[in-house]
Amino acid sequence: MLSFLFRRLLQTIPTVLAVVALVFVLFSVVPGSIVSSMSDDADPQVELRMKKQLGLDDPVYVRFGTYIAKLATGDFGTSFRTREPVTFMIAKRIWPTLQLIFTAMAFSVVIGVPLGFIAALKPGGIVDTLAMVVAVSGLSIAKFWLGLVLMYLFALKLGWLPSFGYGDGGLKYLILPAVTLGVSPMALFARTTRAAVLEIMTADFVRTARSKGMSETRVVKWHVMRNALVIILTTVGLQFGALMGQAVVVEKLYSWPGIGSLLVDSVLQRDIPAVQGSILVVVLSFLAINLLIDVLYGVIDPRIRYA
Amino acid sequence: MTGAPLIEVEDLRIDLDDGSRRVAAAEGISFRIDRGETFGLVGESGCGKSITALALIGLLRQPLSIGGGTIRFEGREIQHLSAAKQRQLRGNRIAMIFQEPMTALNPVSPVGRQIAEMFVLHKGKSWREADKLAVEALASVRVPAPERRVKDYPHQLSGGMRQRVMIAIALACGPDLLIADEPTTALDVTVQAEIIELMRNLCAERGTAILMISHDLGLVANVCRRVAVMYAGRIVEERGSADIFRAPSHPYTRGLVASLPRLGSRAALGRTRLTEIAGVVPAITNFPGGCRFNPRCGQATDICRTVAPGADLLEAGGLVRCHHHA
Repeated sequence: MLSFLFRRLLQTIPTVLAVVALVFVLFSVVPGSIVSSMSDDADPQVELRMKKQLGLDDPVYVRFGTYIAKLATGDFGTSFRTREPVTFMIAKRIWPTLQLIFTAMAFSVVIGVPLGFIAALKPGGIVDTLAMVVAVSGLSIAKFWLGLVLMYLFALKLGWLPSFGYGDGGLKYLILPAVTLGVSPMALFARTTRAAVLEIMTADFVRTARSKGMSETRVVKWHVMRNALVIILTTVGLQFGALMGQAVVVEKLYSWPGIGSLLVDSVLQRDIPAVQGSILVVVLSFLAINLLIDVLYGVIDPRIRYA
Repeated sequence: MTGAPLIEVEDLRIDLDDGSRRVAAAEGISFRIDRGETFGLVGESGCGKSITALALIGLLRQPLSIGGGTIRFEGREIQHLSAAKQRQLRGNRIAMIFQEPMTALNPVSPVGRQIAEMFVLHKGKSWREADKLAVEALASVRVPAPERRVKDYPHQLSGGMRQRVMIAIALACGPDLLIADEPTTALDVTVQAEIIELMRNLCAERGTAILMISHDLGLVANVCRRVAVMYAGRIVEERGSADIFRAPSHPYTRGLVASLPRLGSRAALGRTRLTEIAGVVPAITNFPGGCRFNPRCGQATDICRTVAPGADLLEAGGLVRCHHHA
């Protein structure tokens, strides 16, 4: 198990390097720079000096080498905009993002998975039909629109929840963004769970369980659930990645001070070190979660064991 | 034969609902099994033997359903019992072993737990007691080191071991009837013999009747006292297993017996082709009128094409459904 973990950690290094390189190349070909984003008619002399100061006049490969060398020592560089170390900026932003993503995930799993189970027990029944209507709508609704509707309803009309911002970091600030972010994975989990359960219900071992004289509820509890978890877990793992991407929209919408809004602001102002750092953190978190999911597979399904 | 039979099936029909219409996948199925008796159902794939077994244990699922007839267990009709009452019989009094030991066990649950469930379900035991009983059950099917094996998962066991686990599950509550649906088809030949021997001995010790289902006439005749041969959803002949080899009566049975390879036949007769029955089994939706075997039968006459033969009792015991039986 330990050697498996070690190997998996080593395997992440090329992935990280590839991502860093890709972002670097992208930002060296997109037009504009931090200087042009600050002012439209800057004095060319000033622009040149600034570029020199920031190291932007070096060739891409030199900059890339310097960046990687610094990265190896844990230095993410210094922001062009705020002159803060990027690590410091990210440290401030990471907690709100994790809060948002994990709350959204918890919401979607807690609602979506049971919904799928209930739907699968009586396929074609009224609960099934309703659950699938919810699921299809959940997957089809655009997040920014849903966010606006929720804001209008719960903040503006009912006044139950704050419309945006992080406030004191309390739960009431978290609810709307987390629900907005969690609706589409919730819908996906409902559908995946339903499909998984329906498929497992036709398995031979379910027939064996029935031949033992078990009620359908027990068949599901003792035999179907754990098998379905393996499939559900895969979807959950993949959705973590997707949520990190979608969090960007939701964070911007709710002015949530997370990595996502940091990323958007940094991109708009060509603050390359901050962009690099944010993307790197997102990628690393994604890899870490995938690793965790792989370990969980082994816990749930004894056929999967890592040597 | 004293008292009521353990199980008595009378004129059972099993319907297949293909959405637009119902067709009888099996019909006119009648047989009885006494306590402790061994009875075999033989036939080709699709002849209706497995669905007959599933009907007995109440496990027919859409699109299959019981279309008529009665199933009496200890004299009591069970086909219309409530789901809860059926569950009390299932596993407890009537148990079943399936063909594929690879997939018939839950891959993510230790085998001991899958045996222990039986004691929790039917004997009101706590999990702790049930886990202990599971070790004993595993020992009784001659699995070595059962106290360690109970913690194993199905994929850690060989096919033969898995089928032993299935037997341990089936016999856990001391059922009166064990239905074995092709219990050894998925196993290799040497393991097959062991499993059959084990199943037969355990059932004999406990007085459990066996309903064995197989396409292998030789195997069934070897295990069972009486054999019923099914063809296209009907029982065509039912005999003592010695008789069925010595003097098969229905042309289909005769064809089956003739097509069995025999050790030493080459020395006696020289190199010969194995006999085969010409033609193929008709599809359920397209059974021929009259006797269903008539298109493949060498002796078929006009009556065979129009009138389904009734059951004729044979002098030597048993019955046959054929207008021209031997």
